[in-house]
Amino acid sequence: MASLALAQSPPAADTGKKIFESQCALCHGQNGGGGRGPSLLRPKLDKAPDEAALRGVIENGIPPEMPGAWQLHPREVAALAGYVKALGAQPVEAIPGDPARGVQVYQRSGCPGCHIVDGQGEGLGPELSTIGSRRNAAYLRSTVLRPADGLPDNFHYVSIQLSKGSAIKGIRVNEDSFTIQIKDARGLFHSFEKSDIKELKPLPKETPMPSYEKTLSASDLDDLVAYLAARRVK
Amino acid sequence: MNTVKLALLASAALGLNAQVPIDRIVNSAKDPANWLTYSGNTLGHRHSALDQLTPLNVSGLHVKWAYQFDLDRTEVSPIVADGVMYVTAPNMAAALDLRTGRELWKWHRPIPKDFEPIGFGRVNRGPAILDGRLFVATLDCYLVALDIKSGIERWSTKVEDYHVGYSMTLAPLVVKDKVLVGVSGGEAGIRGFVDAYDAATGNRAWRFWSVPANGEPGNESWSGDSWKTGGGSTWVTGSWDPESNLVYWGIGNPGPDWNGDNRRGDNLYTCSLVALDGNTGELKWHFQFTPHDTHDWDSTHVPVLLDAEVRGVKRRLVAVANRNAFYYVLDRTTGQFVAGKQYATQTWSKGLDDNGHAVALPGTEPNEAGILVRPNLNGSTVWFSPSWSPKTNLFYVAVREIGSIYYKREADYKPGTFFAGGGESKVPNEEPKGAIRALDATTGTLRWEFPMFSAPWSGVLSTGGGLVFSGSDEGNFFALNASTGRPVWQFQTGGKIAANPISFGMDGKQYVAMAAGRVLYVFGL
Repeated sequence: MASLALAQSPPAADTGKKIFESQCALCHGQNGGGGRGPSLLRPKLDKAPDEAALRGVIENGIPPEMPGAWQLHPREVAALAGYVKALGAQPVEAIPGDPARGVQVYQRSGCPGCHIVDGQGEGLGPELSTIGSRRNAAYLRSTVLRPADGLPDNFHYVSIQLSKGSAIKGIRVNEDSFTIQIKDARGLFHSFEKSDIKELKPLPKETPMPSYEKTLSASDLDDLVAYLAARRVK
Repeated sequence: MNTVKLALLASAALGLNAQVPIDRIVNSAKDPANWLTYSGNTLGHRHSALDQLTPLNVSGLHVKWAYQFDLDRTEVSPIVADGVMYVTAPNMAAALDLRTGRELWKWHRPIPKDFEPIGFGRVNRGPAILDGRLFVATLDCYLVALDIKSGIERWSTKVEDYHVGYSMTLAPLVVKDKVLVGVSGGEAGIRGFVDAYDAATGNRAWRFWSVPANGEPGNESWSGDSWKTGGGSTWVTGSWDPESNLVYWGIGNPGPDWNGDNRRGDNLYTCSLVALDGNTGELKWHFQFTPHDTHDWDSTHVPVLLDAEVRGVKRRLVAVANRNAFYYVLDRTTGQFVAGKQYATQTWSKGLDDNGHAVALPGTEPNEAGILVRPNLNGSTVWFSPSWSPKTNLFYVAVREIGSIYYKREADYKPGTFFAGGGESKVPNEEPKGAIRALDATTGTLRWEFPMFSAPWSGVLSTGGGLVFSGSDEGNFFALNASTGRPVWQFQTGGKIAANPISFGMDGKQYVAMAAGRVLYVFGL
């Protein structure tokens, strides 16, 4: 919808883009992907859930880090807000499949064993309650089929070989120059001093999530993706 | 008789007020229990001669007290004088009991509602002290002198107008009877300067413009009127050599940052080190590290003044680990290049020529589509302090290994707004790394490195007991063996560290202080 509105008023869209690139991109990145400031490539921004709030944030800033653009004319603020909103708008996709049947596929494929939706399931993998707002259907489909492709930047699966002999694999939860914390396949946390570790190896192409390429039929896959894509922020 | 008596009384009273006369600051090496100026001494060393803490006993270091600021982060480097610690936050200062951290007084100046930081955070990096006064630089660009016993204002002087982008986050530098400050605003098209104020009255003694005006030497390095919005901020505390009375100050990036099309030329004295006469502010020499910079590589670092032998000759030197990834050693009397070396990853230059000028590679300037260059805009190191130890002659520096995609955009100057001409994006899938590196101070040769998980924002302190202290973005405050770089102690502070450590003594014991998150911690055995 937002992109449609912009398409009908190209001058305003251009104004928003220009202001964004000169005033906002220093922190939010030239394409809105973030930098010192957060990424804006999301349909719903934490501090600006709707367009009025977004205009408020642009005008007043978020102390202490984000300056307010008090110097902008309300028309410029509106154009900028429109541009920012368009950055995060996921295009409305035509998604084959039946979300209602997808719930069944989700349940019987074991997904709740690792993911929480609306408070139900286990918390090993990411929460999926509003996954449709963060990821498009193509991404969801690809992840179900080949989870190791397109892992998010902040996901790190590692193997740890301790000096004393034992070894363990897990998802990195946190790390600093002296210690590392991981979560194993059962969801248990482990903390290690780096001085006790013989080898800390990143496993960039691995994830505990299994591939469903061979276990789901084409229609099951469509239904599952339709279900996940429909899990959007209300 | 009466006249003599009165005069004696007067001088006694003055003596009581004059708790930190300039001689104590100049001779701080004889007084290592106190920390009387931003870098511990006027030479920019951030080295404590105290030697009680060593690699052998530092494992027993633990928290003695903590002080919480109202804001969610602090970058303060405290002053310690005679049983009192002085700390600052934006438009705030406090005196703390050195034994307990309890507040003795607190001063606050409202931040104007229409104040906006353009291109930097709302922070303050510390106060300065002279005689009975504490000096604080404010976000709304005032220099304020407080009575050290009460926190009551003695005077406040407007340095410049914050509405057009000027601001101050730095700790002032005391030079004899003057207080020196520099300004932030390099992303707002300001014209930078270093100012000196009379410590007693607050009257301005001199101003050195970091961008020369029409008709002044150096102005020919700017095309057209571009010098008027040429940047050259001066936002990090300089150093002072009391013997020669020369002040050394780092100058920031030219404006607009990422688009140099309308400011053709070298853009003096941006991205330079300048040596100024402490009495008059007159420029003695300059050395430009990054001519016509388009990557925001301010040369705003604490200059480290050291005396060392070079090829058998004792030299008076100034050393800088620059944001542009090169380490420089200059003769501090003449500004002549003595030695230099790359100390961090970079992709913008072929290297230093015989005169110490970095030869830029073609095709590394920001463009419309974006171009990957290392280091990123924050540079290989930035405002946080390096340290030099006279015991090891090593220059310790916290290094950031991180690149970015640089973009060029149009820049229209509008007072009080961003005048950046572009920006940067993160490099996809890059996990920035960091290190503490120990360089041979006279050559820049790497002696050891302590690798860090991420790019740090913390300064470095070296001590007479053979330790180097620094901090990480993940909150580790740690100590390394100053000779080998081996980690010997660490403490998880629970907050990001973006500050400079200091050390002081009390009742015959050595302490270390470090800010992390919103908390200032004091550690002792």
